[in-house]
Amino acid sequence: MRAVRLSVVTAAATAAALTAVTGCTEKSDAKGDAHGAVSVVAKDDSCEVSKKEFPAGHLELAVENKGSKVTEVYILFPDDRIVTERENIGPGTKAKITAEVKAGDYEIACKPGMKGDGIRQKVKVTGGTTAKRSPEMDAAVAAYRQYVQTQADETLPKVKVFTDAVRAGNIEAAKKAYADSRIGWERTEPVAESFGDIDPKVDVREDGLEAGQDPAKDWTGWHRLEKALWQDKKIGDREKQLADTLDKDLADWVKRVGKAEITPTSMANGAKELLDEVASGKVTGEEERYSHTDLVDFKANVEGAQKSFELLKPVASKNDPKLVAELDKQFAALNTLLDKYRADKTTYVFTPYDQVGKEQQKELSDGVNALGEPLSKLAAAVVK
Amino acid sequence: MSETVDENESTGSAAPSRRSVIGWGGAGLALGAAAAGGAAVALNRAGDATENVAAAGGAVPFHGPHQAGIASAVQDRLHFAAFDVKTKDRAELIQLLKDWTRAAERMTLGQEVGEGAYGGLPEAPPDDTGEALGLKPSRLTLTIGFGPSLFDERFGLKDRRPEALVDLPKFPGDNLDRARSNGDICVQACADDPQVAVHAIRNLARIGFGKVAVRWSQLGFGKTSSTTPDAQTPRNLFGFKDGTRNIAGTDTARLEKHVWVSGKGAEGPSAWMAGGSYLVARRIRMNVEIWDRTPLAEQEDIFGRDKKEGAPVGKAKEHDEPFLPAMKPEAHVRLAHPDSNNGATILRRGYSFTDGTDGLGRLDTGLFFLAYQRDVRKGFIPVQTSLARSDVLNEYIQHVGSGMFAVPPGVRDKDDWWGRALFS
Repeated sequence: MRAVRLSVVTAAATAAALTAVTGCTEKSDAKGDAHGAVSVVAKDDSCEVSKKEFPAGHLELAVENKGSKVTEVYILFPDDRIVTERENIGPGTKAKITAEVKAGDYEIACKPGMKGDGIRQKVKVTGGTTAKRSPEMDAAVAAYRQYVQTQADETLPKVKVFTDAVRAGNIEAAKKAYADSRIGWERTEPVAESFGDIDPKVDVREDGLEAGQDPAKDWTGWHRLEKALWQDKKIGDREKQLADTLDKDLADWVKRVGKAEITPTSMANGAKELLDEVASGKVTGEEERYSHTDLVDFKANVEGAQKSFELLKPVASKNDPKLVAELDKQFAALNTLLDKYRADKTTYVFTPYDQVGKEQQKELSDGVNALGEPLSKLAAAVVK
Repeated sequence: MSETVDENESTGSAAPSRRSVIGWGGAGLALGAAAAGGAAVALNRAGDATENVAAAGGAVPFHGPHQAGIASAVQDRLHFAAFDVKTKDRAELIQLLKDWTRAAERMTLGQEVGEGAYGGLPEAPPDDTGEALGLKPSRLTLTIGFGPSLFDERFGLKDRRPEALVDLPKFPGDNLDRARSNGDICVQACADDPQVAVHAIRNLARIGFGKVAVRWSQLGFGKTSSTTPDAQTPRNLFGFKDGTRNIAGTDTARLEKHVWVSGKGAEGPSAWMAGGSYLVARRIRMNVEIWDRTPLAEQEDIFGRDKKEGAPVGKAKEHDEPFLPAMKPEAHVRLAHPDSNNGATILRRGYSFTDGTDGLGRLDTGLFFLAYQRDVRKGFIPVQTSLARSDVLNEYIQHVGSGMFAVPPGVRDKDDWWGRALFS
């Protein structure tokens, strides 16, 4: 796991760009104040929004913190996905938040002390300035949405094999089921991470905890169990409890996947983000530091990225055939390289990463860069 | 530096001065330095500063018969990178060299790569990484070289490996780290602003992803030699002036003789190198902690120069002709001098480096030595053989990285590209 909200920010920016490109966005007229901004007055126990209904398009919040605590203000989708946010608004200070919003229901939340769910106001955005997309793009998004759902659905039973083994106190069986239980998650990570609250529960590493969080109490999810199995080599009551929690949190993920905001550009950038994940966490061996199953995650990330790419190919090929050819080549090259680390291509049994030499790690890293760089241009090829 | 003073002093070069009579133990008296006085030093500093201020914003011409970054005035900063070629496709490598050349043309003019760092499609990462926006060209030069490993089977270049592109022998005391040595291609970026040099390598690496991968790279600061001998000679991290007798960038005769590969009778595997040069890069770790505990007299004996003025033993002025027999037999300057090496002369462009610490509380610091010559078999190899064998400085240094590159001639114009002569 890494920057949790990356995908949503990207999606929001993309939506903004799409409307900007189609030229149908207009600044809202003088509705909130003289400059068209909606004012939000944040106090320690209230969050006053000057208007509850505004037209779709450019939305600007003029926030003033009149409370005594540092606050943060969010614009949220109905399912808590973040449209945009602004942190660290000090007492007595002002801040501006802007977003491109489509018609629909939203919430504006102030979080005094930057904790908890915050004080929320329901707001409504009206009018039709939704960007039009081609049928090809709609088909790509629909197919990807289905892929993400299938991955999530198929993950739950695999996770149960893992958590059952933990509950049964069977260390060897749990170790065996661990990496496999993560594949579906890793393939669709940018979407999974777009629900900002699930990722920290299931996929955080110990060093991802914040100051004040107690690893004994606040650290949950796969990597906590990974440490118990490989490093501490024991399963206690706490681990069994955590197995239940993991089941529950992932069931929540499966339920919410269907509502994920997905656009062609968020698919393209999601593919790039999957490669970023590989480049930052897997290629260094940080992600699976106890089990050393990094290459399984690596493969799953690449597969998820490739799925997005394959679905976007019809659109991208028209706009940038050279890029598509390069991506075909680099995906093939990286997959060939990865195959060197598994004896049987029908399984996900890869060489443990601590047995991969420094020079081979460099070779893998070079392969990731070779794919990641052209992949960063896919979004542009989709919207061109 | 006044010519008259130089001449006067050099007339005395045959006769041993009081200093050399006293011998090595007399180091530190530095009579000549005292005579030169502080005024000359101050003058030099001012001169150097003026030159730098005037030149800082300037652009060094990219096109020409020789690549810039060899004989052109040495800038203050370096970012050197060695690449491994990852593609096996010759056409793809050629295209990369063309793309690199076009990017280099722009960057040396202080322009952004491609369509720039902003203003493009919001969904796409910008073509230029942007950290050099608003900075001047800063005399950026980009110099490319091809390592021996490029001339294997992969690109059909086996028959074009020049005879002079030898594999360096193992020198006594070498402790080379493979991860900081060799490479198929190198690019030397020099600029007066480190950000400009780093930006250039970063953008070339980015353009190259999938075709080449950075094998190793080295940042350098504080040039340790100069191709403008009229300016103040820079000091290395041992505090000594180095490169006093380096080849001047304006000394066409010496450049032709010692640095540029001749175009005369150019045929055979080396024909494409006419107008090029050969580069040796060595990462030389300096044990500065030990050095700093060494008495001044010993330090000066080791170099064969005094610390303040940089004058050779027994002489008054830095640029005075050294009288080698006055120096200790193992003194660095004596062993490195052309007269001790059958006239072997190299053009040095090295930089100091400091890459944090080595985990033992010592600075990982030293000299990133860069030397250009017409033929390493007559340049670096004999000089280093003699140094590695006997130099008293070896107690304080260790060679830990090494690279050897054939540096092709310059890019003539907008239609030409790096390595065209090699690949055509």
